[in-house]
Amino acid sequence: MASDLFQNALIYLGTAIVCVPLSKKLGIGSVLGYLIGGILVGPFVIGLIGQEGHDVMHTAEFGVVMMLFVIGLELNPAQFWKMRTKIVGLGGLQMLLTSIILFPLLYFPLSFTFNASLALALSFAMSSTAIVLQTLKEKSLDKTQAGQNAFSVLLFQDIAVIPILAILPLLALNSATNNNPPHHLPDFLLFIEDYPSLLLLLAVGFVFVLSKYLVPIFLRLIAKVHMRELFTAAALFFVIGIAWVMERVGISAALGAFMAGVLLANSEFRHELEADINPFKGLLLGVFFTAVGSTINFDIIANEPLKITLIVVILMFVKWAVLYFVGKKFKLVSDQNILFAFLLCQVGEFAFVLLSSIGLLGIVPKEELDLFMAVVTISMMVSPLLLFINEKFIAPKFGVKEESSGKIFDEIDEHNKVILIGFGHFGSTIGRFLRANNTHATIIDNDSDRVNLLRKMGFKVFYGDGTRLDLLESAGANEAQILISAIDNPYANIELSELLPKHFPNLKLFVRAKNRNDAYELMDKGITHIHRESLIDSVYMGVDILSELGLRKYTLYRKAQDFINYDNEALEKLYRHRTTNEYIGRLREEIEIQESLLQEDKLFLEKAEDNAWDSSVREI
Amino acid sequence: MKKIYVLVFHPRLESSMVNRFLLNAFLTREDIVVNDMYELYPDFNIDVLKEQQDLLDADLVIIQHPFYWYSAPPLVKQWIDLVLEHGWAYGRGGNKLQDKKILHLISSGGTFETYCNEGKNLFTYIDLLRPFEMTYKLCQMNQLPPYIIPNARNINTKNLEEHFRQIEHVIDKLKLLESTDSISKNINYLNELT
Repeated sequence: MASDLFQNALIYLGTAIVCVPLSKKLGIGSVLGYLIGGILVGPFVIGLIGQEGHDVMHTAEFGVVMMLFVIGLELNPAQFWKMRTKIVGLGGLQMLLTSIILFPLLYFPLSFTFNASLALALSFAMSSTAIVLQTLKEKSLDKTQAGQNAFSVLLFQDIAVIPILAILPLLALNSATNNNPPHHLPDFLLFIEDYPSLLLLLAVGFVFVLSKYLVPIFLRLIAKVHMRELFTAAALFFVIGIAWVMERVGISAALGAFMAGVLLANSEFRHELEADINPFKGLLLGVFFTAVGSTINFDIIANEPLKITLIVVILMFVKWAVLYFVGKKFKLVSDQNILFAFLLCQVGEFAFVLLSSIGLLGIVPKEELDLFMAVVTISMMVSPLLLFINEKFIAPKFGVKEESSGKIFDEIDEHNKVILIGFGHFGSTIGRFLRANNTHATIIDNDSDRVNLLRKMGFKVFYGDGTRLDLLESAGANEAQILISAIDNPYANIELSELLPKHFPNLKLFVRAKNRNDAYELMDKGITHIHRESLIDSVYMGVDILSELGLRKYTLYRKAQDFINYDNEALEKLYRHRTTNEYIGRLREEIEIQESLLQEDKLFLEKAEDNAWDSSVREI
Repeated sequence: MKKIYVLVFHPRLESSMVNRFLLNAFLTREDIVVNDMYELYPDFNIDVLKEQQDLLDADLVIIQHPFYWYSAPPLVKQWIDLVLEHGWAYGRGGNKLQDKKILHLISSGGTFETYCNEGKNLFTYIDLLRPFEMTYKLCQMNQLPPYIIPNARNINTKNLEEHFRQIEHVIDKLKLLESTDSISKNINYLNELT
């Protein structure tokens, strides 16, 4: 078994490694790369994957579940609410019109039963969340009109899957063959099988309570252990758990995951969860698409090429037309509308879910289902190609290129200009001062208790280790202007100072230093905005003391400012004379620096004439 | 003429359309160095040596400020108190600023009509600027009449542009003249310079 696993892993990973860079080079997007890779290693070409492709596909469908979880996480409920007209209006209209048009096409020329036509029409109205989102991200289209509208439509479709799955059994009741959907409920709950809507409500309620109340508590406990991998394990456990429960109850696992994500979007663990799940999601999605490619049944295609081609063409054309029409109704600009239509005109992975449910319920016979599976897969394959054609040939003809800087959708952009890492005493004071000046930072801290408390006080703080790149990315480090490193531990500050300029060159770093030596290490890494916690307070405490001894405040304040400026200048000057970086020489060097500093002080005191308002200097 | 220094003094520049306009307009000229004083010295701790060096480098110094309480914002006074040192700007051995050209560019909410004997404010702008006049006199500087931008709270961009054109005319004229007596004797305000 283990060698099977290794073999499969090798095949899928190898396909990915070979095909994706190639597809990126050709500019056709990674999704198409995976699909083509799948075809190549599938039973009809090289033959490395056989029938087990189907099984792998069903396992990898889990990648879609994870993707929806992450989507839910990234979604801001307020944003969601703002988009509600779009989601219901645009999305609803798309599904309605598409189903209405497809229905007669299935009922009449293809002679399916009423129920079958309905079920199929609804399934085909679905688009591929995976392909669309992946494409949007890769081509940076997610902030464009087309991107945002596509997202709304997809969201509606994701929601619509639940009721559709719920009514499918009802359609089966009227069909000739009738197999009950496999519910695997524990015995004491079996009575609920008779009340599918009640079951649905219970499941939704369960996910709700779990995500909103139990999971955060659970995660806080795990976070206290301070083991990163344990947190990842917990995150996976949670997502897989929800999916499992949903499946047992017969509801879309993806939607359950989505809901859980939305409910956790405002929790302190959002960025950490996202950062932990993302790598798995990416890999599984890749495997999913490769498996999809490998399961294309070329035999069927070979048998009825004309029929299949015709179905694909008509199907995609109908979808495209409906999308274009609906887009126009919602006032999309021409080139955006065309892009929008091309983005969504394929039939998506949810159709697989629905079709297999349809198959199990016996609404449509198996041979036809295989045909439609092939149709769906082909549409998914054709879609990236169509987008490529649009990008290269059609879109340029329309000239108007909307800046994807997101002008129109600025209010949805969540990322702040400032990221603050470390919200202890030092960091929190900075945060409060910024807030007093109407500047809000995205705050990251890795003490879960503190994070919890601060959230209760109304701060937007996220739990996580600020030295992790994936976490920083998900917190918006790519778009932010300034990053403040206010961590107590000097090594963490130094680590960040080394890491960040490499990965986020546009980010200006402001770093806390405990003392002169830390400052030197930071200057080694090229940081210019260094603030020593040991400087200003000490000097002003000195002011307080001298004032107590009888000196006047204003003079003292001027002297204090001069001293602080001088000390910062001395810092730079002595930095340039620093010779050794080696550990052994470090202690000796510190002593030498202290000596040099005292000498500099002497020079400073000799030079500093204070003639301000001094009438004794005047000779009349 | 080597360099022109414009020292802008406004404690809340973000709220002053007129002073920002002037500052930005001056920035477009290569022969002018603009110092935003409240930004340079937010703690009022003026770097005397630097300011003195700037004054030495300048051929013409323009002090730009709003006419707060018939005078200038406090940083202007701080600057005068600290930078114009005995033994440097005045007093024995203090002749570093001799003959240097200086003028005030002032934005005012009032008008020439209100700032006169019969008007609401009882004194003219010139009357109220006497302390500065005496200061520069003691430093043996070559001072010019002030340039006033009246009605600053209600002024529009077009008028501001006209004012700036006149200011540029003044600067160009000053570049050519050695002695400014002809100007100072004949007009009260640089607004009137032809």
